[in-house]
Amino acid sequence: MHMADALLSPAVGTTLWAGSVAVGGYASKTLKREIDDRLIPLMGVLGAFIFAAQMINFTIPGTGSSGHLGGGMILAIILGPHAAFLVMASVLTVQALFFADGGLLALGCNIWNLGVYPCYLVHPFIYKPWVGGSKSPKRILAASIISAVAALQLGAFSVVLETLLSGKSELPFGAFALMMQPIHLAIGIVEGFVTAGVINYVRSARPEIIESIAASRPLGAEVSLKKVMVTFAVLAVIAGGVLSWFASTYPDGLEWSIEKVTGKGELPEREHGIAAALKGLQEMTAFLPDYNFKSAAKAGDLKSVSQKEAAPAWPGIDAGTSTAGIIGAAIVLGTVVLIGMGIRAVRRKKIS
Amino acid sequence: MTFDDKFFDIGRLDRLSFRETFVHRLDPRVKVIATMLFLLTVISFPKYEIAALAPFFLYPMLLVTVGEIPLRFIIKKIIVVSPFVIFVGIFNPILDTRIAAVIFGVSVSAGWISFLSILLKFALTISAALLLIATTSFSGVCHALRRIGFPALFVSQLHFLYRYLFVLMEETMRIIRARDMRSFGKRGTGPRVFARLIGILFLRTVDRAERIYYAMLSRGFAGDMPALKRSRIVWPDLAFLSVMMAGLWVFRFFPVTENIGRIAEGLLR
Repeated sequence: MHMADALLSPAVGTTLWAGSVAVGGYASKTLKREIDDRLIPLMGVLGAFIFAAQMINFTIPGTGSSGHLGGGMILAIILGPHAAFLVMASVLTVQALFFADGGLLALGCNIWNLGVYPCYLVHPFIYKPWVGGSKSPKRILAASIISAVAALQLGAFSVVLETLLSGKSELPFGAFALMMQPIHLAIGIVEGFVTAGVINYVRSARPEIIESIAASRPLGAEVSLKKVMVTFAVLAVIAGGVLSWFASTYPDGLEWSIEKVTGKGELPEREHGIAAALKGLQEMTAFLPDYNFKSAAKAGDLKSVSQKEAAPAWPGIDAGTSTAGIIGAAIVLGTVVLIGMGIRAVRRKKIS
Repeated sequence: MTFDDKFFDIGRLDRLSFRETFVHRLDPRVKVIATMLFLLTVISFPKYEIAALAPFFLYPMLLVTVGEIPLRFIIKKIIVVSPFVIFVGIFNPILDTRIAAVIFGVSVSAGWISFLSILLKFALTISAALLLIATTSFSGVCHALRRIGFPALFVSQLHFLYRYLFVLMEETMRIIRARDMRSFGKRGTGPRVFARLIGILFLRTVDRAERIYYAMLSRGFAGDMPALKRSRIVWPDLAFLSVMMAGLWVFRFFPVTENIGRIAEGLLR
């Protein structure tokens, strides 16, 4: 499932963009060194293939509903992690631009959720050790199903985490996870089945194709566990830094999650520098300054979740402010429409 | 969405991007940067913000009118992709029932406000992304990304993907039609047949990639795709970007909508 811009906070969006760009840079650097030129058009056309394949629907047995292919695992198995990651990233980019699936800020999240997990975690650490050089269709089927399920579970769980960290949705963690994980378990099983079907079919119909692709892809396509761990650690530190900077600027969502995780309220906050300046600016200008976190931050005590909910949540809201907001919005939107109609009218006149 | 619709849509966006208007003539790099800034600004508003989002509709409206993009087409595309956001957002009014405001005698819960805020942000971000592609051709965006500093390999992926998307879609359309003609009701539409179909499509794709590669080799392909048309950033581009940044800054940090509302209220009294 695609993450959407409207549910994201800038902190989460930019952090995952940074992560995805870093992985993408690493992938293209590795490929550039070791790639065979013929793989470049193949990768691009396989991206279009994934796109086209996603448009064929099939009936999921026993349910009557229909599903389509995700494609990350097929690509990882055939192209190896680096090339597969780049193809997946370009598929998601085109989807974001043309079908507005998710959006451009959420693109970082989507590349992470649907690209990094299948290509850099599941394929090297689950599929590859399991299948190895084996050609047994049953083994490929089992490994594909487990891999697809694992990749989709990780992806779905990340959607839940990203949504909660952004704090735009009221969905509690447990309920959201309980909704997302089982749905994606079912999707993962079907995806794994289809993946194995395609791999086995191609292997039996034209075995030389898979071998020739394997021969032209970089030899160092194996991902070492150590490298992955180091990358994840570095990304975690960067993410922590970025998130905590934003946390002091935009107090929505993060406090909530920190409270949940540590059982305490916000971490002691130092009020100076750019964060404090921005915060001051925001407090001056925001429609609902700091909404319900204001009292907690001012008092400086560590309130538990239940206390926070019991406390009066909406300080300083009076009917006057909201009426002004509504009238203002109506006027602004009316003006926008009028400007639009005006430009249209002028254009028509010019043409005729 | 049926297959033909999706196919038609992508072709239509592509055709729109070849118009000749002020927005279309702007440098792709400037438009990509402006769009990203716009998205970040819109997303940075807190959860319960509604009124301050209103002025931001000016940007898509200007692009639609100056760029001569059909408004109904964009709205239709926004509605098509809305289910996930609505699915996640609809829980806000259910779970967050604190009364936040009383408007003309009707009490509104905080959940409805945050839900409406999500919907507004959704409309703004999606329309900005769609309008970027409708006013800048896809290859324009690709070259912009290349010159901003994205890796050549990734950008050439995007080029290939886009170029062969239409070819493979037509191929797929033929496959789907063939399957539909041979399957009665739900028979023959299960995952087993599906895996075979995908397998065949894959084999054809690989063969096609091979032909493409030889064709490209004979035309001197060496790993990158240079653009013949070099766009240069000229003063209208800089003017556009600075107006954009100033506008975003003002609308982000000053309660424009609220002040207009107050003034209007004062006049009414």
